[in-house]
Amino acid sequence: MEREAMEFDVVIVGGGPSGLAAAIRLKQLAAEHDVELAVCLIEKGSEIGAHILSGAVLEPRALNELIPDWKAKGAPLNTPVTEDSFRFLTATRSFTLPTPPQMQNHGNYIVSLGNVCRWLAQQAEALGVDIYPGFAAAEVLYHEDGSVKGVATGDMGRTREGEEGPNFAPGMELHARQTIFAEGCRGSLTKTLFERFRLREGVDPQVYGLGIKELWEVDPAKHHAGRVTHTVGWPVDASTYGGSWLYHLEGNLVSVGYVVGLNYENPYLSPFEEMQRFKTHPSIRDLFVGGRRVSYGARAISAGGFQSIPKLTFPGGLLVGDTAGFLNLPKIKGSHTAMKSGMTAAESVFQLLRAGERASREAVNYPDRLRNTWLWDELYRVRNIKPSFHWGLWGAMAYSALDTYLFRGKAPWTLHHTPDHASLKPAAQCQPIDYPKPDGQITFDRLSSVFLSNTNHEEDQPCHLTLKDPSVPTRLNLALYDGPEQRYCPAGVYEYLEGEGGKQLRINAQNCVHCKTCDIKDPSQNIHWVTPEGGGGPNYPNM
Amino acid sequence: MKILVAVKRAIDYNVKARPKSDGSGVELANVKMSMNPFDEIAVEEAIRLQEAGKGQEIVVVSIGPSACQETLRTAMAMGADRGILVETGEEVQPLAVAKLLKAVVDREQPGLVILGKQAIDDDSNQTGQMLAGLLGWAQGTFAAKVEVSADSIEVKREIDGGLQTLALKLPAVVTADLRLNEPRYVKLPNIMKAKKKPLDTLTPAELGVDIAPRLKLIKASEPAGRAGGVKVADVQELVAKLRNEAKVI
Repeated sequence: MEREAMEFDVVIVGGGPSGLAAAIRLKQLAAEHDVELAVCLIEKGSEIGAHILSGAVLEPRALNELIPDWKAKGAPLNTPVTEDSFRFLTATRSFTLPTPPQMQNHGNYIVSLGNVCRWLAQQAEALGVDIYPGFAAAEVLYHEDGSVKGVATGDMGRTREGEEGPNFAPGMELHARQTIFAEGCRGSLTKTLFERFRLREGVDPQVYGLGIKELWEVDPAKHHAGRVTHTVGWPVDASTYGGSWLYHLEGNLVSVGYVVGLNYENPYLSPFEEMQRFKTHPSIRDLFVGGRRVSYGARAISAGGFQSIPKLTFPGGLLVGDTAGFLNLPKIKGSHTAMKSGMTAAESVFQLLRAGERASREAVNYPDRLRNTWLWDELYRVRNIKPSFHWGLWGAMAYSALDTYLFRGKAPWTLHHTPDHASLKPAAQCQPIDYPKPDGQITFDRLSSVFLSNTNHEEDQPCHLTLKDPSVPTRLNLALYDGPEQRYCPAGVYEYLEGEGGKQLRINAQNCVHCKTCDIKDPSQNIHWVTPEGGGGPNYPNM
Repeated sequence: MKILVAVKRAIDYNVKARPKSDGSGVELANVKMSMNPFDEIAVEEAIRLQEAGKGQEIVVVSIGPSACQETLRTAMAMGADRGILVETGEEVQPLAVAKLLKAVVDREQPGLVILGKQAIDDDSNQTGQMLAGLLGWAQGTFAAKVEVSADSIEVKREIDGGLQTLALKLPAVVTADLRLNEPRYVKLPNIMKAKKKPLDTLTPAELGVDIAPRLKLIKASEPAGRAGGVKVADVQELVAKLRNEAKVI
């Protein structure tokens, strides 16, 4: 079936902080120069903010540059950080550590990043950006010369078998002079661009963390708006990268989350269970007693930093935000850098489009511009901290102190990363972990958790978690690693069930919260995450 | 024939509704809102009638805050021709909605009004019936199939024990049940076109309707959690428990 096509100057894939900042900056420049510029932004979530999940403590640096009068315009930055603490936990005790400079949050705000994005979308629409939530970019389109022509949205109404159902509506082609990919961590189209344009040649592999978050309404007596706490140590062992956050927002809400580095080795480890267990620590548990959990979700983050930044441009398009990987891991913040990259890319794209048809189709000066911003310097200085966790928590703490305080981020060497999917050890070499049963009060199971993420997918559609080789799950994953996907998936998508001829993998794609962990951690990279029908996935409120 | 369809902006069907901690209502801050699914079915039916040559113009009406414009735009992206927003920040209860819709009907003079049978937020299931009463028109509620002829409409309803078919004289009020149709996907170019379709805004005062609430919400609370089940050893124990503990036999 022939697809319809629409023409724009710029198409932006993804309505997170980077895509929205790029859209706003483009329209600001167009207004300043009094030129027409058609900017279209599509988002796979059912609305802007539906798929946004973050801690979040927002450093307003990029926002100050983009919309200096954000306060007057009602940006939802309502809770300035008032207290910072950094703690090391053992199974029974809690020790206060000196707060590293990257983790000092004076001047920052505790926010719901989803609500910040909803607000940014309003600003973008007021400037004339066409925003279409509920449409997933499913395919990159190319010109005959190999340059990117735009994207196509996914078909709607295909049946599970891939046939055209009664309400079938084919996808749309969105053509653009420049396409900005702002898909967030591990973008599914970005992954294909990496291969096609060899964007990762000569850089370190990207490495990731999985962040699992819950939003709680707590007893007002235990709530201290503006309080920020981070912990390291228990419940993960010293060889696993893991840590928590506790942020007290407005309205008696507390955001609690746990990040596990996806380079963990023990296939029995379950990031979800570690997160649940964390809440039972004697110094933490009381905060949640008498409260109620109101939301749940999970999302992978890019943790590789400076040495993992790929080539950012290619003919017809470029990468911004976490799909490129601008997160500052020691700061555990990426929204300000995502926005900055979007704004910088917008400037380069605008310049390129102004130059007209004679210019090349590649915004080559975007990386150069980026190198001259604070973003580059910021990421350069912290580049050795994540890889130093290769030496375990204590080695990393010692090294990081040295790197930060003595060399001030300018050590004359750079440490390197190895890919996360290669880190698992065979189950036979590892100890199973005995996680406590959920109590239904403070700790919960996966399904009741996913229920709170308001996740839904149209049932009768092709499975969006595709397997390159369907024999791999039982032949390799189950046999060698005891089926790690049952544990790393925070949404209970993967289950091994007894079937004819032994255990078989069942994929409950309807539960998927779009965190991308399976695409990252599957040992033989057999799972390929593709976009389901637009509008599917979680519907996070206030996350 | 002009068809009027009423659409309500309600909490999205995927969202787990949660009462506010003070019990004063349902938490709606930053929660995804969308068109009440039964109203989507009503819009779809109107479009199908129009496509079948049974309707000339489709007018969609919504009542509520300015954000209801989005709901109207969605209906217009599906295929409705124009929208009317009766804008108010106040709470509007079913009787007030019916009165407002009657005032709009008096202005627009449609031959058919289609509504969802109920909204999934308050589950009142009253508006369509009250509107028909106020207008003195025939009503066909819980429609599972409709067939329009020159001056009448046949409405098939799924009732206990079978199907009931009513013949109504036009003009009439029809409320849509779940199986009436499956709404279409909204296409991207149609969303763009819908932005340019006419949308008028009225107020309850302009329509001369008093919308003061007649009902008071006392408390919104979550249903009690289910207690876990128990296993019984034999029939005797089961009967004993049913008689002495559950007291049902």
